[in-house]
Amino acid sequence: MILASLFIDALRYIPDHASLLLEKAAETAELAFTALGIALVVAVPLGLWLGHRHRGLTFALGTSSIGRALPTIAVIGVFIAWLGVGFWNVTTALVILAIPPLLTNAYFAVDGVDRDAVEAARGMGLRERQILARVELPLGLPLLLAGIRIAAVFVIATATIAGIAGMERGGLGQIIADPVTYTFPGVLAAAFCVAAIALLTALVLALAQHAASRRMAPRA
Amino acid sequence: MPTEAAELVFDEATKVYPGRDGAAVDHLSLTVSAGEICVLVGPSGGGKTTALKLVNRLIPLTSGDIRIDGTSILAHDLTELRRSIGYVIQQVGLFPHMTIEANIGTVPRLLGWQRQRIRERVGELLELVGLDPEEDRRRFPAELSGGQRQRVGLARALAVNPPLMLMDEPFGAIDPIVRARLQDEFLRLQHELRKTVVFVTHDIDEAIKVGDRIAILREGGRLVQYDTPQQILEQPADGFVAEFVGRDRALKALTLRTLGDLDLSGAVADGLPELPADTSLRDALALLVAERHDALVVLGSDGAPLGVATREDLLR
Amino acid sequence: MSGWRAADGGPVIPNFGHGTACLRNNHWFCPSWVREHWSDILQPALLQHIYLLLISVSIGFAISFALALVAFRFRWLGPTFGALGDFLYCLPSIALFTILLPITGITVTTIVIPLIAYTLFVIYPNILAGLRGVPPEVLESARGMGLTRRQTFWRVELPLAVPAIMAGLRVATVSTIAIATIAAFVIHYGLGAPIFDALEQPDFRTELVAGGALAILLALGADALLALLQRALTPWSRIR
Repeated sequence: MILASLFIDALRYIPDHASLLLEKAAETAELAFTALGIALVVAVPLGLWLGHRHRGLTFALGTSSIGRALPTIAVIGVFIAWLGVGFWNVTTALVILAIPPLLTNAYFAVDGVDRDAVEAARGMGLRERQILARVELPLGLPLLLAGIRIAAVFVIATATIAGIAGMERGGLGQIIADPVTYTFPGVLAAAFCVAAIALLTALVLALAQHAASRRMAPRA
Repeated sequence: MPTEAAELVFDEATKVYPGRDGAAVDHLSLTVSAGEICVLVGPSGGGKTTALKLVNRLIPLTSGDIRIDGTSILAHDLTELRRSIGYVIQQVGLFPHMTIEANIGTVPRLLGWQRQRIRERVGELLELVGLDPEEDRRRFPAELSGGQRQRVGLARALAVNPPLMLMDEPFGAIDPIVRARLQDEFLRLQHELRKTVVFVTHDIDEAIKVGDRIAILREGGRLVQYDTPQQILEQPADGFVAEFVGRDRALKALTLRTLGDLDLSGAVADGLPELPADTSLRDALALLVAERHDALVVLGSDGAPLGVATREDLLR
Repeated sequence: MSGWRAADGGPVIPNFGHGTACLRNNHWFCPSWVREHWSDILQPALLQHIYLLLISVSIGFAISFALALVAFRFRWLGPTFGALGDFLYCLPSIALFTILLPITGITVTTIVIPLIAYTLFVIYPNILAGLRGVPPEVLESARGMGLTRRQTFWRVELPLAVPAIMAGLRVATVSTIAIATIAAFVIHYGLGAPIFDALEQPDFRTELVAGGALAILLALGADALLALLQRALTPWSRIR
């Protein structure tokens, strides 16, 4: 009924406003992937190293708990209140939100690697860094990619909040925050676009994860 | 506790998997007398586990029949059938979320036993299998060693005193020293309880040690020989059996008899090694070879010498 | 419908008529304000939030459980349900709240429906994974002993799935608390309300921090409670 017509209108909205949606989608993507990139660079090496040493379990679990508990709105709100609105301010808030899941997953990906394989490598004389790079990382890759996938979806969806914050080039969130200007079908259309970006990213990462685990699958 | 062991009959029991060449179990016919241990042994793919699982219908029969005390297994209600058969598997499969007591008491609870009766029975069984009735009943499976878990598995299978026991490589996952001990204790238990047991193993030595009769199954689930261990070792039915049993079967046969079985001569001499009468001939021979003697003195259970056995006596 | 505009000037004195130095300078946390407005702003918001949490998670759990049972029985449904959940999760929450507004009105229902959808994404796969993760030898011995299908499910599979279920419940609870704050963008309800209010008059920091802190504390508290519940339900997993 209403939902159905809303759905159809939204689908019609997309080709009608393709350029607007594309422009806004690019803005959202820029925000999300910048934040994701920074968070990856910060969290993943740290998580990998801690997991390799099998130390800091409470830290890893703690950050994940707290990270999940942080209301995204509050974090972004605090940043905006503190530093005002702008690309880097919002990005930093997103980075803070993205770090916990990435850190935790990197930790468990490496921590859970078969200890026998690691010990064998150590016994063969590989140095710690080599063990991490050549044994633990390849073996832990599927799990790590799974974590990155979840974090990516999360960041992309959260990046829409930038639009709510009234950011100049706030991306698809701007459309979603403003049904008056853009109409309800427009809002749903923008939501679909966000979902599309997220699903596409998830798909790419899922394929990568699949490829990584297939390389390790025992060949009969 | 008085036990009524059941007689188990395989009557042309056959299992064929659709899409696969040949049978998994091929017209198996044999009779396990009440109170006997029948060991199914053979190479992997020989269908021994399949044959076992046909009995409690974990695997359905393709054709033929299996009868317990004359009644076909198909005539029984499935659930009742399984509750009246003790089933022990290699990985034990204890319920990790239940205490040992709850594990052992699973089937009694299903049958509606009173709690007090279950508690007593659990205590009885724990003692029977060599565990501590007070301490261990409250533990969880994760707290026990592999050998202890296997004992609990046995106790759980014995809970409602079933007339028939099916055991699928129960000691396979245990280290050799503990395994030997468990085998001995199992035999002691069987001596007391006299249940009908079907025991699957791939280890011919275990089969010889444990079985009253051994059924050798080869690839394709065919029964090649069904005989006492003695017979199988001394008169293997064909080349396959001879090969499977091992070229040292004559030596293996020596494990079946003890010094007490021999006719001993009276000439006791000094300087000869001494061994108790319940030593197997094989162990006795091993001693003679190791110490380069030709004879030894056999001691009775009181320690007094019963006579002398020479190397020739052993090898006859 | 509310929305907030960016601060284009410096901090502004909030118009509450109390001019303590702390408030005038818009510090991050003024205890006096918190004390004064606990009962009229913060506590109601907290209670509303708890209400949202309880409804969403319990209904979400019930639906997830039903779906998981179906998928457990009919294996081929598993991926379909999973894909549906993934798609729902990718839709930004604000969008869902906004879309539902003209349909279900300014009611709690509008907030609760998307929240339920998000819990499905977390709880359903965990229940399914938990049920499927029972070791095969345990199932075999259960069958061999003569437990019926139903008995095996209730006495063996379900208890052993509890750790995974509880893990999913915990994540869902904490996430729901966080996502529910966003709902206030569309409907003035729950702990998101003080947060968005604070952002509306340009950045009233104390209210923002108070709202946010309450949400975080609520989340951590709920998580801890569920963790205790999990330990109580699974005495066998405490052994190391």
